[in-house]
Amino acid sequence: MPSLGADMDEGTLVAWRVGPGDVVRRGDIVAVVQTEKSDIEVEVFEAGTVAELLVDVGTTVAVGTPLARIEGERAAEQPVATKATPARAASPQRSMAGRVLSPLVRRDAAALGVDLASLQPADPSGPLHRSDVAAARRTRPATLRSGAASPYARRLASERGVDLAVLSGSGSGPAGAVLARDLPEVSSVAGSEAPPLDPMRAAIARTMERSNREIPHYYLAHTVDLAASVGWLAGRNAGRPPAGRILLSALELRAVALAARKVGELNGSWVDGRFVAGEGVHLGVIVALRGGGLLAPVIRDADRLDVESTMAALSDVVERARRGALRSSELSGATITVTNLGEDGVEEIYGVIHPPQVAIVGFGGVIDRVVATEGRAQVHPTVRVTLAADHRATDGRIGGRFLSKVGSLLAQPGKL
Amino acid sequence: MTPDEARSMIAEALARIAPGTDLDELDPDESLAEEADLDSMDLLSLLDALHERTGLELAEADAAQLRTLNSAVAYLVAASG
Repeated sequence: MPSLGADMDEGTLVAWRVGPGDVVRRGDIVAVVQTEKSDIEVEVFEAGTVAELLVDVGTTVAVGTPLARIEGERAAEQPVATKATPARAASPQRSMAGRVLSPLVRRDAAALGVDLASLQPADPSGPLHRSDVAAARRTRPATLRSGAASPYARRLASERGVDLAVLSGSGSGPAGAVLARDLPEVSSVAGSEAPPLDPMRAAIARTMERSNREIPHYYLAHTVDLAASVGWLAGRNAGRPPAGRILLSALELRAVALAARKVGELNGSWVDGRFVAGEGVHLGVIVALRGGGLLAPVIRDADRLDVESTMAALSDVVERARRGALRSSELSGATITVTNLGEDGVEEIYGVIHPPQVAIVGFGGVIDRVVATEGRAQVHPTVRVTLAADHRATDGRIGGRFLSKVGSLLAQPGKL
Repeated sequence: MTPDEARSMIAEALARIAPGTDLDELDPDESLAEEADLDSMDLLSLLDALHERTGLELAEADAAQLRTLNSAVAYLVAASG
């Protein structure tokens, strides 16, 4: 079963186009596979005679499962090596001779964890094409002559910068295929060339990719007058030791928590095509880590905390996030997320929603702006508050109500 | 308190709050927060550490005087008498 996309784990065989005894040539359509997106014709990647069909029509199998056995020209038996029609290169250029490796081929191979040394070009006298690399990635792994590895192992190897060729044949899978458990935890393998992709970077990449692929975001912004909140904080913090002081961030979180309770349409998840309201308001708080990356620990039941306990909870999760001491349960279950880049001089930030949530609230920096108060121009501390929300779950009007509520709460800090 | 003592007190606190910070690498006349990549939570922790060591109030109103490394050292020296 070929992998027809990074997010494909299995496919259903809906038709065979060949049977035992049929002679196939490279590029022939041998089967039709149904994925979540569409039906896709599967090409054969080897020439030979179909010896045996291994999967019945209507069966759903995992990516990497052999579909059929082909007796090839060179070896006595070759597995069906498949490639998908849509991914095929349109018209590969011929090169003069030799093992010419284009930068694109090298990049693809590195990204897919494919060992170039083990590849044969489709045209033995020609160069390797990107389609060869892509095909090798999709090929049934356990019976490849070398570089055999499960798709999951390949992905992990790519993420960890492990050169699979080094482990080739020594794995614990069939015929020495490399499985995920055979990979070293961290890249320390001799001969590894690509730098390891930081697991956190990889996780952020996956989440953000999914968000932008699946969620139709809409964006709104309000400028909020902070004169009252800043004044309230100055009075509240005066005469207290540093450990007893409250930061503006805590007021902002309180305002979001209360507004999320009031405008519940933005507080929850989009699951299986519909909005599921959150039970309670659980605030995900984006914490930037020193040296890069971020975490989003969750302050649970934030609508039921007062300002003091919100400050204590914030201080606690930030400190532990940076120390690497969060529990896994604290990193899930958020119903809405808050991000704040104001301290880096950013005026406004439009966030990317963390699926399956439906909204992320952004706070920019505190900036003195001229505001009209009672008919007069005055200079007040202000902040740009933004909302990125899932248009499947709500429309802009709801988002506007939410931002208005955040603004009016910050204008009356006594209510926080 | 001498300037050297004030400086090493800040260095000790930063070693815990922002591991890897080397005071010698920072521009002592630029914002300490920017130079050492501190956010408001880190700054509060820094004030807390200095407060614990010196007993000084380090009021928010005095924050401007603690903005850079040099001004913070001068402030600590003057305030501690």
